[in-house]
Amino acid sequence: MEQAFFLLFAIVAIASGLMVVVARNPIHSALALVVCFVQVAAIFLLLRAPVLAVVQIFVYVGAVIILFLFVIMMLDVRKETKTPFLKRWRAIAVTIVTLLCVEMFALLLMGGQWRPPSYALQAGEMGSVRELSTTLFTEFLFPFEVASVVLLVALVGAIILTRREVR
Amino acid sequence: MVPLSWYLALGAALFIIGIAGVLLRRNVLIVLMSLELMLNSVNINLMAFSNMHGDVRGQIIAIFVIAITAAEVAIALGILVALVRTKATLEVDEVTIMKG
Repeated sequence: MEQAFFLLFAIVAIASGLMVVVARNPIHSALALVVCFVQVAAIFLLLRAPVLAVVQIFVYVGAVIILFLFVIMMLDVRKETKTPFLKRWRAIAVTIVTLLCVEMFALLLMGGQWRPPSYALQAGEMGSVRELSTTLFTEFLFPFEVASVVLLVALVGAIILTRREVR
Repeated sequence: MVPLSWYLALGAALFIIGIAGVLLRRNVLIVLMSLELMLNSVNINLMAFSNMHGDVRGQIIAIFVIAITAAEVAIALGILVALVRTKATLEVDEVTIMKG
């Protein structure tokens, strides 16, 4: 049952991921990316991480994609839809992608020899929010603060970058 | 019960799709979206290993990845808007202002 759901989510995620790359219109890409992110959130639920699934939907679908759609709306994207792919260096890029694909899946298939036998995915209950937040606010308190400062800097930086020059 | 290797294979597949988007597309917006896809595939791997070990730290690293991604997108789109204002192009191979 769980495997069937995983396969469903994975196939839709990969199909919409391909759609992001091959779609001519950036708006279609953004909408395909929404589908992909929702599937990934469902996969997080399968991995017993409900908090991360909700955060994924809030941050990616609710903020990042909306930001992309606003920027697409502001810019004129009609010219780019005619030649979507790079002309120069295409052979090199395709070679690199193919090599990386072969390498990753070869490593994944061969990696079974060294897999430690004792580990198995946890099939039990959902991960508790209490444990997650306790670890986040004790052991990872300093990275948490650093992340908030990074977000603040990004906020200020984005405002300064997009502001028109006032003379 | 889903085996761990399935999650890793899904992560690898999404990562390769993201790499293909970054290397092959001309449109800066789609290059950025492909970057998001790659970061998401990394998150899937982190969560799979976190679940395998029964340890929440993988989830916490994934939360940080999501936060930094949000910051990165805001900055990248700000730079993009500033770029379009000065150069009026969205294509990665035409932005060569900083070429020596």
